[in-house]
Amino acid sequence: MSEITTPARLIVGRETRPHLPAYLKLRHDAGRDRWILLAPERVLTPDQTAVAVLKLCDGKRSVDDIVAVLATEYSALADVIRADVLDLLQGLADKGYIKG
Amino acid sequence: MSEELKGNGHCETLVVDDEPTEGVSGSATAALCARAPVGLLAELTHRCPLQCAYCSNPIELERVNKELSTETWCSVMKQAGAMGILQVHLSGGEPTARKDLEQIVSAASEAGLYSNLITAAVTLNRPRLEDLAKRGLDHVQISFQDVDAENAERIGAYPGATQKKLDVARWVTELGLPLTINAPIHRQNIHNVGRYIELAVKLGAQRLEIAHVQYYGWAYLNRAALIPTYDETLKSIELVERERERLKGVLTIDMVVPDYYAKRPKPCMGGWGKGFMNITPAGKVLPCHAAETIKTLSFDNVQDRPLLDIWLNSEAFNAFRGTDWMKEPCRSCAFREIDFGGCRCQAMAITGDARNTDPACALSPYHGEMVRLAREEASRPPASFVYRNPRNAAEATKAERPLVPAE
Ligand code: SF4
Ligand code: SF4
Repeated sequence: MSEITTPARLIVGRETRPHLPAYLKLRHDAGRDRWILLAPERVLTPDQTAVAVLKLCDGKRSVDDIVAVLATEYSALADVIRADVLDLLQGLADKGYIKG
Repeated sequence: MSEELKGNGHCETLVVDDEPTEGVSGSATAALCARAPVGLLAELTHRCPLQCAYCSNPIELERVNKELSTETWCSVMKQAGAMGILQVHLSGGEPTARKDLEQIVSAASEAGLYSNLITAAVTLNRPRLEDLAKRGLDHVQISFQDVDAENAERIGAYPGATQKKLDVARWVTELGLPLTINAPIHRQNIHNVGRYIELAVKLGAQRLEIAHVQYYGWAYLNRAALIPTYDETLKSIELVERERERLKGVLTIDMVVPDYYAKRPKPCMGGWGKGFMNITPAGKVLPCHAAETIKTLSFDNVQDRPLLDIWLNSEAFNAFRGTDWMKEPCRSCAFREIDFGGCRCQAMAITGDARNTDPACALSPYHGEMVRLAREEASRPPASFVYRNPRNAAEATKAERPLVPAE
């Protein structure tokens, strides 16, 4: 197994095109009427903002694209949203829930 | 099961055995589901090709002819999904010993459950794993008894196990399934915690469980062969904390620490009957996997009663729900809603009364004696293993005497 290299920590930037790894399931939990993110041995309960961001993480859109969509949708300033989105995605990446 | 991670304001992480509280709408289903457990541990069988002395299975292993039928397990999965359970852990024994694992996985997937296969991986072949993945299996957890093959195979009493586990681990990642490496830690492998971390990274695992052995079932019987010293324990915890920081975003390391050396007990199962249920190979529904050691409790069976009814109304689940059952010092303690008085089974095993404070708590009158015994056992050369097998089960059922409390 000598060729296997250690993967590096993903640092989320404006150009990053984030996606959810296949094993993460973003699901609507009908019984409790809320969104959940199912991961190995974890159940995350993303809030509205997080759900909106996660739904846009398709591996094609960059962070800037995502911010642009959200800025239009919520008629807010891109600069304000961006910091929040970067922060959210970095937190998820550090737990292995977002890949770049 | 794992310790809580804090989100960054947008994403709260619940452990699988935690009860959700937010976002519950007014409907009756929502109210019911909100009270339903998040996680279900399905012990499909007690058969296992390995014989680990640290096994937390009960000494009295369930016989094959008592095991639930395929139909019953499939019905359990369906009921679990309908009542709001989110994750199912297919465990044992060795769950792949059941020939109908495929059908059970399909049923879990159809019920919308996130399924986790907990396996020793020595009898799993690639076509079978591929089939399970196609049927919707979500996650695989493989135990390694040690990093050093020779010691691992002595601990599990299964020659050639390591190579097989390495093969299965590779297939898991090749198939795009997430992989957890489970490292059961005790005095005979605690020196290898660092190398377990290397192994998990090398295998491409998402998650590593540094699971210090919990002293139930066979592990309790084998305590003198397993319990590490206080210093070794502390060193291993510090190492994990450093490595966690270094491997952020690469490997999630969950750690279960041995509470014999703690000041406060763990909130066992996140509270009795609060977020978790366990079904034995014969269909008994337990609030935690060791609950059968509390002989005064009686357990319902999924063959006789719907799962939701058992969850809400069974005597065993209601016995230690909430805080009303507590005695002093728990009853008037500020931590009673945080750790729920610790583990009922440990209180039972060590003090002889399941309603007592878990002796892992420094406020328990039994605490000093328990720690003294643990330290003493750890300082002597390790006892030899009583391997987990049916022959030893018959021999080992002789009861250990509970401790006497300090005055
Ligand atoms: S701990 Fe060992 S003996 Fe027990 S179920 Fe797991 S692999 Fe089998
Ligand atoms: S006395 Fe009971 S409630 Fe208080 S810390 Fe100890 S175990 Fe927890």
